[in-house]
Amino acid sequence: MYDYVPGKVDWLAHNLEVEGERAGAPTLGRVMRHDVVRCAPTDPRTAVLESIKGSPYPFAVMTSADGTVLGRVPASALDPPSDEPVWDVAEPGPKTFRPHHAVENVARQLAEKDLRWAIATTPEGRLLGVASREDLERAAP
Amino acid sequence: MPSLSYRDITMATPIGLDQLLELADHGAQVVEVLPADDYAPVHLPGAINLPLRQLDERSTAVLDRTRPIVVYCWDSL
Repeated sequence: MYDYVPGKVDWLAHNLEVEGERAGAPTLGRVMRHDVVRCAPTDPRTAVLESIKGSPYPFAVMTSADGTVLGRVPASALDPPSDEPVWDVAEPGPKTFRPHHAVENVARQLAEKDLRWAIATTPEGRLLGVASREDLERAAP
Repeated sequence: MPSLSYRDITMATPIGLDQLLELADHGAQVVEVLPADDYAPVHLPGAINLPLRQLDERSTAVLDRTRPIVVYCWDSL
């Protein structure tokens, strides 16, 4: 016999499939998108800025090699572009959310902190996706 | 109703997510031991509900002892 010690909350926080009466409830994990620009701390600012300009987001997420979120890199911090690495203009340790949180709760927390974007991670801090406050509010019951 | 004595108790091996996924791929039975009110809204795919307070010989008779059994609760606390 085995004991999955981290439990149901760990399963939910990895955005894995679930069953049950509320399995289809709107959560951050259902709304988030996966196409945000990811960059490494050593990536040159010019390249990251170009990637951001080609994306629907005004920022990139700086991650380690295993996908752990290290910081948020706003496009505005990369202007004027240079070949310096992005790490020293990144906002370190951005607020993150687990994907099983209800959209209305995430939207409320963003509004309280005047934030426009939610970054979803696993319990280990690995990037799962991002969602805008507008999309979260639209999905709220 | 028959109940389990301490002699029947087998200590479960602690596992994490990766091992759970591997065991599930090999036909493990997944058991949520939370109350039915916690199980009903959301649970792991295919998990059956055997609330901890109702565990006895009769309730666990639904389990296939020849296959791995993985139990879980809400979290590690």
